Amino acid sequence: MTETNVSDAEVDRPRVPAPTITKPPRAARRLRRGSPVARWTLRLIAVGYVLGLVALPVGTVVQRTFAGGLHPVLESLQNPDLLAAARLGLIVSVISVLINTVFGVGAAVLLVRYRFPGRGLLNAVIDLPVSISPVVVGIALILVYGENGWFGPTLTKLNIQIIFATPAIVMATVIVALPLVVREVIPVLEEVGTEQDQAAQSLGANAVQRFLRITLPTIKWALAYGVVLSLARSLGEFGAVRVVSGSVPGVSETPTLFVNDNYQQFGPKAEQAAFTMAFALMLISVLFIVVIALLRPKEQNQ
Amino acid sequence: MSLQEPITAPPPPRRRPRSVASGRLTSASGLGLGVGVLWLSLIVLLPIAAIVVTSFQDGLSTFWTSVSTSEALATLRLTVGAALLVTLLNAIFGTLIAWVLVRDQFFGKRVIEVIIDIPFALPTIVAGLVLISLYGPQGPFGVNLVGTREGVFLALLFVTLPFVVRSVQPVLIEMEQDVEEAAASLGASGFTIFRRIILPTIAPAILAGAALSFARALGEFGSVILISANLIGKTEVSSAYLLKLIESDDPVGAAGVATLLLIVAVVVLVVLDSLQKLTARRD
Amino acid sequence: MSIVVSGISKNFGDFVALDDINLEVPRGGLTALLGPSGGGKSTLLRIIAGLEFPDRGEIRIEGKPATWLAPQKRSVGFVFQHYAAFKHLSVYRNVAFGLEIRKRPKAEIRSRVMELLELVHLENFADRLPSQLSGGQRQRMALARALAVQPEVLLLDEPFGALDAQVRKELRDWLRKLHDEVNVTTIFVTHDQEEALEVSDEIVVINNGRIEQTGSPTELYDHPANDFVMGFLGPVTRLDGRLIRPHDIEVLREATPGTTAATITRLLRVGFEVRAELRTETSEPWVQLTRGQAEDLELAPDGTVWLRTNHKATTLAAT
Repeated sequence: MTETNVSDAEVDRPRVPAPTITKPPRAARRLRRGSPVARWTLRLIAVGYVLGLVALPVGTVVQRTFAGGLHPVLESLQNPDLLAAARLGLIVSVISVLINTVFGVGAAVLLVRYRFPGRGLLNAVIDLPVSISPVVVGIALILVYGENGWFGPTLTKLNIQIIFATPAIVMATVIVALPLVVREVIPVLEEVGTEQDQAAQSLGANAVQRFLRITLPTIKWALAYGVVLSLARSLGEFGAVRVVSGSVPGVSETPTLFVNDNYQQFGPKAEQAAFTMAFALMLISVLFIVVIALLRPKEQNQ
Repeated sequence: MSLQEPITAPPPPRRRPRSVASGRLTSASGLGLGVGVLWLSLIVLLPIAAIVVTSFQDGLSTFWTSVSTSEALATLRLTVGAALLVTLLNAIFGTLIAWVLVRDQFFGKRVIEVIIDIPFALPTIVAGLVLISLYGPQGPFGVNLVGTREGVFLALLFVTLPFVVRSVQPVLIEMEQDVEEAAASLGASGFTIFRRIILPTIAPAILAGAALSFARALGEFGSVILISANLIGKTEVSSAYLLKLIESDDPVGAAGVATLLLIVAVVVLVVLDSLQKLTARRD
Repeated sequence: MSIVVSGISKNFGDFVALDDINLEVPRGGLTALLGPSGGGKSTLLRIIAGLEFPDRGEIRIEGKPATWLAPQKRSVGFVFQHYAAFKHLSVYRNVAFGLEIRKRPKAEIRSRVMELLELVHLENFADRLPSQLSGGQRQRMALARALAVQPEVLLLDEPFGALDAQVRKELRDWLRKLHDEVNVTTIFVTHDQEEALEVSDEIVVINNGRIEQTGSPTELYDHPANDFVMGFLGPVTRLDGRLIRPHDIEVLREATPGTTAATITRLLRVGFEVRAELRTETSEPWVQLTRGQAEDLELAPDGTVWLRTNHKATTLAAT
């Protein structure tokens, strides 16, 4: 494929008739090229929808967080439980992203470069977590690794605690973000093909050398994109973690659990704590989005 | 560069080296595959199997009872119905938004692009907080949707916004416009062009986005629980009901409802996938 | 003999790609594997390279058995049709790749790479990325890269297939000159018979997985073994139940013993050549003449002339 530089945001196209996407009666009238009425209608609908649905609510949270000024926010940032939750969130996210990156790159190489029985099945299984409710993920984990689960007795005997402890939180987070790295890397690997790899082989490189010198540099932007997506997803997971974690403040309370637990409590301090954490998470999400938007053209250029 | 001792006959197969081009597994990649499959089994296959198996653990009748309690049915009606409605709306508005983003140019478009990604990147509970801040009792517009189905619906619409948009956008970008221009020069109206040329091309993408949107809406939890207030029979969604079941120590019941949800998801996804294959064939 | 191929056969499922191929490539020679697409020539090349393995048969490179060796253990350099450039590395790093893998000292790498870049006239492009080069430049880089590790054999898979006609011609000449300078045993695959005729010392015609004929360009052109080789290597037409080259048909104004009468159905000027399409009782041959010859004969459409096979020409019985 030729290297076309396509960025989502900046596509300047010549005007074509801009059709409306509603039922026949309204759109039956002939639209001449670049009919400004049609264009503006669509524009307003689209922008209004997005702003009303998303920007407005988000703005309200910002307003509620700082309703009492800067001081309450800063005060709640010193809340030891908040800090503990932040720490836990960081650790769990980093671990799960690392696991998913290793798995993701390996699975992508296997799926693209090799033929083996069950390849299609592997592909489908990797996509499963996206279609399942996170609560179901949590319940599934309990059914296998809980006290009364399939591995329950064995784990108890070995004195390993998974459910209601950090390992379960990590597992739940890994599951929900599973496909993200794989799905970003696979198209790039498919696009690049095996010719460079064969060329490297003909020049004397062994498998490790080929992976480090050829494969990895080729997928680096797609990989970065996938890693950021996974990080965002891992940090933001709630439903699955709600099921498998005991949510003990300071110990097994992730940032998202912190928001939930504090919001459900009564009292201005708890509410402020919830909003502060929510605001922080929102800021980080927007940061992720910006990074992703910056990475997207690089990823598409490869 | 030393070569091996003279061999007159091909060596036994297991010593045959694999070349990159052949695509057959080497011992290293075979091992990698084994590890990967083991890992997937532990974190995906086994847990899902556990759900299905546990739901029938006490027999078919128990399964049937647990999924047909009035509460369970109410949650299913609400959840599936809302998910379908939201998906339909997303198919329409998502396509429209994608169209405007790709074919139109205006000040602030980049900001809109970023805003669209927010629901996807935001933790679900934060989304829930965001929604209840605006549509709850302390909201600035005096609108209170807490405990209403409209609130649930809005929450689902919020979190599923990006799916169809992001699915359709790349296809629209890739589309070559000369086909449309040829049609226009032959006298086709804007709507005809859309119906006969553009829609068939983006239909698979719309369906793919719809599938993602439906699956997400079906299982959504964090963004819904705050605004729904979990009113039994009215605004309790299936995921909240599942949480209640597992917390009240009814794993079999929880597994049963979860299995039913999985079945619904599989059915709808298969339907959408077949529709996708049907529309994609025209290429 | 640099490369000896014995009894090589290869199937892809039900499809027979190669069927009992036997071939010897002389050291320092420039051999073309010529044939139509899908005929098996690329497969054979890749088997020699170690990028594929045969179902039966043996390969020997410089006398040593190499059938089952991985590519990195054979001393072969491979050049791909679509260059297979390492897109993220500069031209310098691309060419240096094989040497870096072998952990040669930096100074040695530098001198060898610059030497090669000068050989392929890319010394001013050392720091560019492949995406900043034209197709022809990329292919020259690929050649330099393959030569860097001093292979005993150089294999090129339709090396000019992805290039414009003009660039293709230039690179063809250049490859021949390069080969004369460097003198590495070279095999290249092509479906372009003009390319094979112009560049190689020896041509191996492969069709449907079998070798049709092996020989020098002149041999193959003048003495084709069968109608496939004849038709593939040059223009063919039919006269009196035999296949003959259009420029081997003599055109006469008068009937003479041993000639066949023919009516001119069409006259075409193509540059300085004239192509005359004719009809006889049994066939519809066409003849290639120079403009001068056509004028001397005063050819005109619907005119009658008499045709005779040049007695020195090779003809084959038409099937």
